[in-house]
Amino acid sequence: MSLSVALRHSFRNFELDVEFQASQGITALFGRSGSGKTSVINAVAGLLRPDHGRIILEGHDLMDSAKGMWLPPHKRGIGYVFQDSRLFPHLSVRQNLLYGRWFARRTDNIRFDHVVDLLGISPLLDRRPGALSGGEKQRVAIGRALLARPRLLLMDEPLAALDAQRKSEILPYLERLRDDTQIPILYVSHAMSEVARLASTLVIVQSGKVSRAGPLSDQMSDPAAAAMLGLQDIGAVVKARIASHEADGLSRLDTPLGVLWVAGIPASIGSMLRVRVHAQDVMLSLSPPKDISALNVLRATVTQVMSGQGPDVLVQLGVEGDRLLARVTHRSAANLGLVKGLPVYAIIKSVAVVRPS
Amino acid sequence: MIELTPQEWQAVALSLKVSVWATLLSLPFGVFVAFVLARCEFWGKQVLNGLVHLPLILPPVVTGYILLLGFGRRGPIGGFLDECCGIILAFRWTGAALAAAIMSFPLMVRAIRLAIEAVDPKLEQVAGTLGASRLWVFATVTLPLILPGIVAGAILAFAKAMGEFGATITFVSNITGQTQTLPSAIYSFLQVPGGEGAALRLVLIAVAIAMIALIASEWISRVIAKRIAGT
Repeated sequence: MSLSVALRHSFRNFELDVEFQASQGITALFGRSGSGKTSVINAVAGLLRPDHGRIILEGHDLMDSAKGMWLPPHKRGIGYVFQDSRLFPHLSVRQNLLYGRWFARRTDNIRFDHVVDLLGISPLLDRRPGALSGGEKQRVAIGRALLARPRLLLMDEPLAALDAQRKSEILPYLERLRDDTQIPILYVSHAMSEVARLASTLVIVQSGKVSRAGPLSDQMSDPAAAAMLGLQDIGAVVKARIASHEADGLSRLDTPLGVLWVAGIPASIGSMLRVRVHAQDVMLSLSPPKDISALNVLRATVTQVMSGQGPDVLVQLGVEGDRLLARVTHRSAANLGLVKGLPVYAIIKSVAVVRPS
Repeated sequence: MIELTPQEWQAVALSLKVSVWATLLSLPFGVFVAFVLARCEFWGKQVLNGLVHLPLILPPVVTGYILLLGFGRRGPIGGFLDECCGIILAFRWTGAALAAAIMSFPLMVRAIRLAIEAVDPKLEQVAGTLGASRLWVFATVTLPLILPGIVAGAILAFAKAMGEFGATITFVSNITGQTQTLPSAIYSFLQVPGGEGAALRLVLIAVAIAMIALIASEWISRVIAKRIAGT
């Protein structure tokens, strides 16, 4: 599957000019509110008709302004989950879920029971949308979009209207959706933690333009992306497998960086997850540290040093072929003489290795 | 219980028949015009809006006279209808129904238009992304959601049709058993000495029908609204 988007559109006081590709998995459109992310997926859905552009899904044109070709939304086969769930108030949850089925011409076997199980909504089927909580509504909205058998799923800040507890209630379902179904997802968000947890590809949108795009792990550990992602948020995203839970409350993770010890993660041994190592939580040392409380000490090589404005220097490290990012001060960088190729030790506190939430 | 003479019965029955037909036949047009006014932007929208509301503002006798000019047997539309399909409206109960429909149309359109404007277009957008064409979106989302408004508009129009007098008497006159509706009958009884008793009986019936219609509309709207609110 592939989605290719190129479009230009003039709003009253805003120019949209984007071009990007998306493939399997979750592609996150990340940017501040007002950067034009939602306009982009509205154009993909057919809710916005751009002045110029071409959108191709699986080799078929959805629109091509050069040929004057434009498919209306109901002929595109694209599911859309909005920030406000927009369930039909006059229909029951079951009827809401089945709504798209009346019109679906494709006959993939996405089965009703499977989707209901995946989203954990079987107890809700006979209720009315008005009687559901925000998190429940959003799960039903996701199910409804899935059951219309879309070729592509669009999600516009699906968690933004929910409180932290509801968010953490839905995130596992989105992960299952990503891993269990073959449907590619275009996910709009301005919350880095969601993106870090879900996305495989990151497209950064800034005032109507794509400023960076690429695999999430590359972008998150690239010093040059810091200006867009924010110094607080930047830092490696690492795939990990839970190897063991220790009696003292620590969990051992096997990662491409090597073994990481983290404060106990409530997940079963063998399960896969992602952890974030924020750049500001990584310390550097030239010699192996002794008598130190931090449990994770990794041998690394400096691959890039980038000093920006202000007191910060971002140091990209190669660890066992994977990347890590550290944020230190100018003074520390000068004291250690950090240059490309220098072998160092990266020190990470166990409590600093976190699961994105 | 009130005892009615045959003439009084005829007037009541005719008024009910005229009002029911006027309401039912104008309802699809009412929904269509309300939808167009609520959701579409086009050149001449204000003209259409004005035309729809004209009977509300014009003296009813003027509306009746315009109908007579247009739909009379020698009028352009009336002549055509007579020639092509043998439909005669002037001085018939069908003409009374047309007059009642025209006079009650603005009220019907207003009620339905308000209901349509209260429907969140975002819900219609969602239905589109789920594969429904515009017509299906209207049938499966918009229509069920505006049902209370349609019921309210229909009953309001029915009540207005029951009370229509000026345009009716101008267009179809006041022929006993043919075009003498409830208000026309009351008017006639008041013109003759000793007719006050009959007029009073019909007045009571008119009040009763109006009250029942209003209470029924409130009740039906509430039931539907409750079902739609989805709790």
